Amino acid sequence: MNENGDRMSIIVQTIASILFPLALIFSFYVIMHGHLTPGGGFQGGAIGASAVALLIVAFGAKYVEGKMEEENLSIFESLGGLVFVIVSILGFFLAATFLTNFLVGEPLFGIIPAWGEAPLNSGGVLPILNLAVGMKVIGGLASVVLILAIASKEGEK
Amino acid sequence: MIYNLPFLTVVALIAIGMYAMLFKKNLIKIAIGLTIVESGVNLFLITLGYREGGIAPIFTNLPPGMSPEEIPEKMVLPVPQALTLTSIVIGVAVLALILSLAIRIYRHYGTLNAEEVRRLKE
Amino acid sequence: MNLMEHLPALIIAIPLITAFLTPLVDRASKKARNVLVFISLLITFILVVLLVQRVFDKGIITYVMGASNPTETIPKQAAVPIRIVLEIDGLSAFMLLISIFISFIGLIYSFAHIKEGGGRFYTLFLLMVVGMIGMELTGDLFNLFVFLEILSISSAALIAFEFKRATTIEAGIKYIIISSISALFVLFAVGLFYGEYDLLNMAAIANEIGGALSHIDKIALILLFSAFAMKAGTAPMHMWMPDAYGEAPGAISMVLIATTQASLYALLRVCFTIYNEALHVVFPIALILLGLASIFIGVTMALLQDDIKRLIAYAAVAEVGYIVLAIGAGLYGFLGGGDKFASLEMWKVALKGGIFHIFNDVLDIGLLFLVAGGIIYVTKERSLNKLGGLAHSMKYSSILFLIGLAAVAGLPPMNGFASKIIIYESIYGVSPILSIVAILASIVMLAIFVKIFHAIFTGPKLAEHGEVPKYMLASMIVLAGLIIFFGLFPDIVLKNLVNPAVNALMEYGKYISAVMG
Repeated sequence: MNENGDRMSIIVQTIASILFPLALIFSFYVIMHGHLTPGGGFQGGAIGASAVALLIVAFGAKYVEGKMEEENLSIFESLGGLVFVIVSILGFFLAATFLTNFLVGEPLFGIIPAWGEAPLNSGGVLPILNLAVGMKVIGGLASVVLILAIASKEGEK
Repeated sequence: MIYNLPFLTVVALIAIGMYAMLFKKNLIKIAIGLTIVESGVNLFLITLGYREGGIAPIFTNLPPGMSPEEIPEKMVLPVPQALTLTSIVIGVAVLALILSLAIRIYRHYGTLNAEEVRRLKE
Repeated sequence: MNLMEHLPALIIAIPLITAFLTPLVDRASKKARNVLVFISLLITFILVVLLVQRVFDKGIITYVMGASNPTETIPKQAAVPIRIVLEIDGLSAFMLLISIFISFIGLIYSFAHIKEGGGRFYTLFLLMVVGMIGMELTGDLFNLFVFLEILSISSAALIAFEFKRATTIEAGIKYIIISSISALFVLFAVGLFYGEYDLLNMAAIANEIGGALSHIDKIALILLFSAFAMKAGTAPMHMWMPDAYGEAPGAISMVLIATTQASLYALLRVCFTIYNEALHVVFPIALILLGLASIFIGVTMALLQDDIKRLIAYAAVAEVGYIVLAIGAGLYGFLGGGDKFASLEMWKVALKGGIFHIFNDVLDIGLLFLVAGGIIYVTKERSLNKLGGLAHSMKYSSILFLIGLAAVAGLPPMNGFASKIIIYESIYGVSPILSIVAILASIVMLAIFVKIFHAIFTGPKLAEHGEVPKYMLASMIVLAGLIIFFGLFPDIVLKNLVNPAVNALMEYGKYISAVMG
């Protein structure tokens, strides 16, 4: 056994390295299409956190913590929360009340689709809010899984 | 009768979860009991929205040849799905909190038996 | 853009933004983080005072999230409210003022004793404030559930903050499990209401219930009543209170009292506004019995303790019993049992006494918790057996403890006397036994606290200690000053704050018509 006794064999490490970006892309797809298909912020964020959990199982918690520090995850999470509240507050500067959908009709996300069509460019403020929630959930759940993995390894020693 | 089956499952899940929370001594088993009660309540919320012969309430899922005025009879209710999603997220947060507190108790006392770690008695 | 129209949303948004900014600022510098949190709570306090003034001038304020106009509760295409509606009437304004004031005092106190882990502490503190304020502002049942859960999770993490001692973690686990169960009951009741009426708004549900209860309404009523009574700490569901209040760090014990009062506010909303006239008369009788049990159990168990904070926590259980007793008597008269009272409408006076006591209880027990926290910080001892002779070195703390003691026991000229005498007089009408038990409990509580004062402060000096730090002294002196001021002039609170709150409770028709038009 090497000193990182919790790593798995080289085959598992290689496959996990290949699958990690694919899982992140899939989670980003689920987050951004939240207003058209089942999914959205929390669901895509949970998929992203499970991608990080895949890395922890393959490479060991200490190694992953060395590469992806827990502070960066915390900063990522706070940024997501800030984007959400700032977009809601912009609701009453640009339009009427808190959390209004002020992007309907604008060129950014505001196409109103006909029944049965599904352009990505629609939905108003919703894709931005989905992205903010997705960032927060990835940051939060990944740091929970990372800290619990480190804590349980420390207890066994 | 077949449409009452989810509601009977809700009652069964809440009963099993309450039994686990009241009569088991291991802290992890109590946390699992709490999760089972929560699953029961989430199932109850989802089942409220069912309409017979309904399709999923997705914007792009309209079958061809259906006009938008027929939607209230053909699609299931979407609001309980949003309520259930919020409840699942809250359940994840509570479970993370309970598990981290249980790890800390294990580090202090070396056991997870709820009767042995009690110090605040009266 | 008129900022005064958007006050309710700003009051929730500003602490929330600061809660997300605090981990980022904390990596830069600690002093900047303290200044940021202080400024944001100060701004929120000023906004709450402006909102309360506006409510007392204009009547009930509604705010709809996501509409084109803040007061458009029912959209043009529908017949019922669809969006999330925040609704503030006299009772919400009263509870908001108490919550934000106590959080502000708690923040100043915590600057003195939080040395490490401050980033986590202030983030959780601000989230707790958001949860409390959200519960008191909202007019929507599911929104109430979400804010209740935000409140429980952040308070549980704050109770277990000092994780070097194992008893704090045990208190945290007990608190989060009980809070989760009661929140799940509330969610089940919300599901029942949605399944029956397709509505989530409190005023709209009250309009639909009308005067007659169906079976599903009765089941939802029992679930909501027991869940909120469990969270408010009435006996026999009070078991988490001594653990949680006793093991929390210094300032959090005081802010936790305000959070349990938020659950009491939710209970009042359910009983008086949603179910108004259709409530069965067994519920006020249940409230009176629960109040009696809380008073009895709180005072009796306080005799046995030797840990300071746990003893004050049992006194807090007894004070919640007083509030629930008075409110139960008021509800009993509201539902038509008024022939039991004297003809002067004493049930309204009972309700006024109960709500005035909510205000006084948090000030009195808060001051006691703060002094106990200061003693523990300076001497590092918690047990009554090992403390003694502290009046030689901590003169200010002994005087402040004496003021808090007199206020809790109901001695003039403190504010505890003003509200307790209203309660004694008005519940005499329901049954004289209640008055006798209440007065006896006050006397026993006075005896207990005199024993504590003698044990901690008088006697020969055991060791040399300094006085408590300046921030702690400042917050304690503010509270003591308010106790004496409102004890000498109780009319200021009664006329300006309590009367509008009681009128708002009884005129449920105005609450419903503010939303339904």
